[in-house]
Amino acid sequence: MAFAAFGSQGPAVEQAPRKRSWIAWVLLAPGLAYLALFFLTPFISLILTSLQAPVDFGDVGQFQPAFKIENYATVVSQYWPHFLRAFGYAIAATFFALIISYPLAYFIGVTARKWPLLQALMLTLVIAPFFISFLLRTLAWKQLMSDDTPLVQALKALTILPQDGHLTGTAFSVIFGLTYNFIPFMTLPIYTTLERLDTRYLEAGSDLYATPATTFWKITLPLSLPGIVSGTLLTFIPASGDFINASSSFLGSASTQMVGNVIETSFLELLNYPAAAALSVILMAIILVIVGVYVKRAGTEELL
Amino acid sequence: MADRTFAEAGADLELVGIHKRFPGFTAIEDLDLVIPAGSFFALLGPSGCGKTTTLRLVAGLEQPTAGRILIGGKDVTNVKSFKRPVNTVFQSYALFPHMTVLENVAFGLRRRRIDNPLVKAHEALRLVELDHLASRRPQQLSGGQQQRVALARAIVNRPALLLLDEPLGALDLKLRRQMQSELKTIQDEVGLTFLHVTHDQEEAMTMADTVAVMNKGEIEQMGAPEELYELPKTAFVANFLGQSNLFTGKVTSSSGNSIVVDVAGVKIEVPKDRAQRHTGDVTIGVRPEKLMLTTEAPKPTPGRNVLGPGRVMDVSFSGVSTQYLIAIPGIGPVSVFAQNMVFGPVVHEGAEVWVSWTVDHGFGLVDEPEAAPRFAPDADTAAIATQTRKDLLTEIEEA
Repeated sequence: MAFAAFGSQGPAVEQAPRKRSWIAWVLLAPGLAYLALFFLTPFISLILTSLQAPVDFGDVGQFQPAFKIENYATVVSQYWPHFLRAFGYAIAATFFALIISYPLAYFIGVTARKWPLLQALMLTLVIAPFFISFLLRTLAWKQLMSDDTPLVQALKALTILPQDGHLTGTAFSVIFGLTYNFIPFMTLPIYTTLERLDTRYLEAGSDLYATPATTFWKITLPLSLPGIVSGTLLTFIPASGDFINASSSFLGSASTQMVGNVIETSFLELLNYPAAAALSVILMAIILVIVGVYVKRAGTEELL
Repeated sequence: MADRTFAEAGADLELVGIHKRFPGFTAIEDLDLVIPAGSFFALLGPSGCGKTTTLRLVAGLEQPTAGRILIGGKDVTNVKSFKRPVNTVFQSYALFPHMTVLENVAFGLRRRRIDNPLVKAHEALRLVELDHLASRRPQQLSGGQQQRVALARAIVNRPALLLLDEPLGALDLKLRRQMQSELKTIQDEVGLTFLHVTHDQEEAMTMADTVAVMNKGEIEQMGAPEELYELPKTAFVANFLGQSNLFTGKVTSSSGNSIVVDVAGVKIEVPKDRAQRHTGDVTIGVRPEKLMLTTEAPKPTPGRNVLGPGRVMDVSFSGVSTQYLIAIPGIGPVSVFAQNMVFGPVVHEGAEVWVSWTVDHGFGLVDEPEAAPRFAPDADTAAIATQTRKDLLTEIEEA
């Protein structure tokens, strides 16, 4: 009797709707094909390229398949300052974008809840820059910050900037450009988590003797952590590979070149494909490691 | 006040001339209330009557438009909520989802830097029999368990004044009874002042020392539960707290200890000291369980009111008692609760019956008859539903 009871109960629990269906595979196929064709294949090609060696007595840009692992050592020894600069700038830009975006997102998502119209207007303003190409916007900043503009004159008059100083072509302008360009990517994810923030938790915190500051650190901030994590990732990852802001034609100069710029020049100007490919693979690996450690420490698996 | 010690005893709460207006409506109109230290006070009323607003004012989550709030004799009207010696058990529990149950309970203790917060948190969890779930997250618990955690999180701080906002709403009947008696025990043991807001009249009556019935932002009547039940002063109280049979008529004579009211040609006597008004058109009433049902016309005896004959319209058996609905010509339906002393109902639908009651059980209300509806419209389900929706809308607006 007892066994019969187990017998009838056991499989019923285990055999939950686990019907294997070919429909699922059909639906997945386009996505899988896309990934195979446009991610996996180029990725393998990139790795193979990074190991190529120049053709003996060949033209510039002529390479042959090889297993030249020294390519990696060469590019690291040659371009490690660019890596450092890329991650330094990206971290700084992520930090500043967070500092600027969080209060903005809090205002739109929490304070402005009473006024839906204002909320909609502010969200539109956050997204509005996307209506203009970011190349144009970055160029506009270059103009605004170039040497004879009122801004620079004023800074010089106030002796904040030395008489022979510049704004463009400095680390400042590159970090500024990165921060500016990525603020929407930081603001929107934080806004979505704050918008769902139940203010009754804040009331409960206040009821339990927490000052507004403590309530923020202990309740609001941890509850908005998923938004902070996705916002910082959406900013940090593209910012560390960025090659527009730091390029000499935009806000940078020769002394602010990031690894993205090196990859761009190696591919398109020097036609040194193996070096460019090796740099790309290294950049990708470092970002993966940094993001992995970061996500693990932020504990987002539990929150998401 | 948020110092490092627990409250030694409950503090009394005094509300003086409180007004609270929200854009578009007034939630509380000139409320005066004194809750003595150590008492278990229930604020009872339908949704939207202003009871939760009162609680939020005391907690410091809302500011009164006018009036003062004193806790333990100290004016706290302008004191921020985190500095008030008050804790709240929220209707929505508001347990922090990113903390374990234990950390939730220890939250208030940590903020006040009380020694051994975790030990005390475990103690509080033992009190609500949830210590074995201390390391879980709130969302992994059932509604009833979450409610008990919310209770532990408030009680652990030993506030001078504990505010309970419908804290037992999500519990099933059995657990609800158990928690009611546990709450009462805790209150007796620690001697704190409890302010309990509820729309459940039974809960208010079983738990509280004093019940205040609130309606439309005002306290209609306040007193011990049995006093409130036996001698309601307004039609709202008579119908919100249990059921009542209400009749209207003109006072025809006033002799000795009682007044005589002419209800559709029938003379009904009400004791003078139980009637709020002694002249003119009045509303009088009697509780359904005080009525006696007879199948023959009872002999007119002094000190007894008789209505009838009438016809039994409906019989509903509810185990302990049976409710009869009797149509009496010219007077309307009268409801009678009868103990089930024998098996099943004693009369059936269509039977001709008389109802009678001792004069001492009648009561007279303050309301003008035309202003006193037969059944208070606020208490019916549709009205409560609209009120709840209105509440939600205002809540959304506020937030």
